[in-house]
Amino acid sequence: MSVILEARNIVRDYHVPGSFLKKAKTVHAVKGVSFSVEKGKTLAIVGESGCGKSTLGRILTLIDPATSGDLLIEGKKIDIAKGDLTPEMRRKVQIVFQNPYGSLNPRQKIGDILTEPLVINTKTPADERRDRAMTLLKKVGLEEKHYNRYPHMFSGGQRQRIAIARALMLNPKLLVLDEPVSALDLSVQAQVLNLLADLQDEFQLTYVFISHDLSVVRYIADEVMVMYFGEAVEYGSRDEVFADPKHSYTKTLFAATPRADVESIRARLAKKKAA
Amino acid sequence: MALLEIENLVVEFETASGPFRAVNGVSMKVHEGEVLAIVGESGSGKSVSMLAAMGLLPWTAKVTADKLTFNGRDLLSMSANERRKIIGKEIAMIFQEPVASLNPCFTVGFQIEEVLRMHLGLDRAARRKRAIELFEAVGIADPAERLGSYPHQMSGGQCQRVMIAIAIACNPKLLIADEPTTALDVTIQKQILDLLMKLQADYGMGLIMITHNMGVVAETADRVVVQYKGRKMEEADVLTLFENPKSNYTRALLAALPDNATGDRLPTISELFVDDQIEGAAR
Amino acid sequence: MSQAAATSAVSTDPSRRARLAEFWYYFSENRGAVIGLVFFIFLVLLAIFAPLIAPHDPTQQYRDAVLVPPVWQEGGRADFLLGTDAVGRDMLSRLIFGTQFSLFVGVIVTTLSLVVGVVFGVIAGYFRGWVDTAIMRVMDIILAFPSLLLALVLVAILGPGLVNAMIAISLVYQPHFVRLARAAVMSEKSRDYVVAAKVAGAGHIRLMFKTILPNCMAPLIVQATLSFSSAILDAAALGFLGMGAQPPTPEWGTMLAEAREFIQSKWWVVTLPGVAILITVLAINLMGDGLRDALDPKLKRS
Repeated sequence: MSVILEARNIVRDYHVPGSFLKKAKTVHAVKGVSFSVEKGKTLAIVGESGCGKSTLGRILTLIDPATSGDLLIEGKKIDIAKGDLTPEMRRKVQIVFQNPYGSLNPRQKIGDILTEPLVINTKTPADERRDRAMTLLKKVGLEEKHYNRYPHMFSGGQRQRIAIARALMLNPKLLVLDEPVSALDLSVQAQVLNLLADLQDEFQLTYVFISHDLSVVRYIADEVMVMYFGEAVEYGSRDEVFADPKHSYTKTLFAATPRADVESIRARLAKKKAA
Repeated sequence: MALLEIENLVVEFETASGPFRAVNGVSMKVHEGEVLAIVGESGSGKSVSMLAAMGLLPWTAKVTADKLTFNGRDLLSMSANERRKIIGKEIAMIFQEPVASLNPCFTVGFQIEEVLRMHLGLDRAARRKRAIELFEAVGIADPAERLGSYPHQMSGGQCQRVMIAIAIACNPKLLIADEPTTALDVTIQKQILDLLMKLQADYGMGLIMITHNMGVVAETADRVVVQYKGRKMEEADVLTLFENPKSNYTRALLAALPDNATGDRLPTISELFVDDQIEGAAR
Repeated sequence: MSQAAATSAVSTDPSRRARLAEFWYYFSENRGAVIGLVFFIFLVLLAIFAPLIAPHDPTQQYRDAVLVPPVWQEGGRADFLLGTDAVGRDMLSRLIFGTQFSLFVGVIVTTLSLVVGVVFGVIAGYFRGWVDTAIMRVMDIILAFPSLLLALVLVAILGPGLVNAMIAISLVYQPHFVRLARAAVMSEKSRDYVVAAKVAGAGHIRLMFKTILPNCMAPLIVQATLSFSSAILDAAALGFLGMGAQPPTPEWGTMLAEAREFIQSKWWVVTLPGVAILITVLAINLMGDGLRDALDPKLKRS
């Protein structure tokens, strides 16, 4: 098994400039996180808002540079702050965002949204671009007739499928999924999760799945990393983490997750009756 | 006698492309001291039906119902003035976005005292005393200090606590919580749900919990109404619903929960549930 | 939640025609806007077909018919429907030809200030930092002058004439577009689709003008219609002050200026160009309000 992504001691600080009355300060969003993901596997990064998981996601997707630490993609070190981001590297990592209503340009047709990455990064001729877009459109469960429509004509779930298709246009090795199903309805969520699983099998994709929803993580992840205030407090295989959480925060998180099984409802009702 | 009684509620919106029926013949009852959960996905009309009952919809909405009563009084024929006296006092509501539901220009103390002044007519000292009590009741540390804070100085969870404090300020008989924890983190969600359940038991209020989260339903509700595309699919007590769901839609919804996944793919609604079955279930 | 569904149901219809229908639905809710639009179309037709419609040459002086009153007044003549001015030119023809100049001024000034303003605004909003500061301070300085005074000074430097007046006015209007474009770009820039385009490898120019700009157009279009009318007004004002179009051009402001001495005796020479300016500006403003209702998604929700 080859390692697709490796992060060594990633740190990201935000500098908040001072003003007349306030002192300048530095916010540590990510405090030295290390992990690695193998080809075809899914690493889930779990945490609550403000824990730095999205910041980390942006660093992994080569959108923002890390303040320090090394990021290796297929064993090759990349530092976008130094400007060594080639189109070749750019193509290897793509992202799917949380909010399907904000991630598609409302003024672009689906066809243009899908082919844009090819237009920018490759010299593929127009009809090949179109063919590839059509193929992926069908692969994510949409139809050819959707090619010339605008994003607002689609539902949230369909838009998320389009966003996934766009991410796949450049044949990436690694897909960063930033809460891809948390804005979707339960039934649509199941469809999108299935789609992601199908695509992973077919293309041997590697996922970094950022989420706050433990039930989804338990379903999709191979490995789990729990983040709390910028630190990785728990990191291990899914079964290890769920069966035997080590850190107190992980335990709190598990305890807080609402359970929808009959036994816990019985227990609750019994407790209520007793009170 | 039921606290809130809705029979055959229909809500239509006038849009550029013709009328749109958001709620289609929904009936339900809420009793005193009962927790009713209304579950549904987006577009199921779960929020709209409650907003309609409270008369909070914009004028583009057309609301009709065979019966719409609160505590025996007819809400439909009531004048706007009378209705205003009930809403906020006897029926209170909290919303999904706690930070957005508070006015950013005023301190939270001012906002809660405003409610006390309008509905209860308390004098300044009594208002302040009651506000502190309420903040204590909803578990805000340092209540006297916190009254002077602006919403943006508080976290989402704290803002939701303030919203709850404002909602229970007049000892309402019915509290409607519209996705009260959707915008919050899991650990905060737990705290807020625990708080709501405690207050509900202490005050003996009726509580309507509007949510899309089956976990929240399982942890809070006594009785559940399942809605889909503006129609009521099923109504059952919570244990029956999870143990032995009657409607195909509920069954599909429960199967789509990742917690219940058995194979390596989730069953999806469209596989288990075809649209024409809705008609059958609604009948 | 279902409310959102209700409003989105408006726009889920796939065809382009349906989107136009939606636009028209919101636009036509505003009755004033429709009246404004009808009148504006009428003006455009008038300007295009002026040589065919006008009964006389606008600069032809009829020596035998100086200061003839409109036809319905005593002494009026049937071939001069709205009377003649001090040198015997037909008022109606001059007013009809005047629409050409007014619309010309409006179009050129608006386009010029829109294009230049948008370029500066997008650059300022996209790059921020010192570029932003530099551009915005210059705009603040322009805004600090009373607009007509600044236009007057500029025309005084460039020399009087319609073209110079237009350049001056567009310069004065620029800051509004710059600010609007900058604000819109700043709010759009952090949206996910922009980040997505960045991840796809888009460069600065592409991000600025192809990805972001089309999404910022709605407020700019509204501002453009509103400045269209102000441009006509300012051009008329400059004409009135003798700094705009020069006689014998049948420009409404210039016509007003020429007729100043008759303000108490021969009302039609003064009133008619004034009324023309008033109605035109009013119509365009009404239309702009309607456009804003139809294009501004925030207002659409309610």
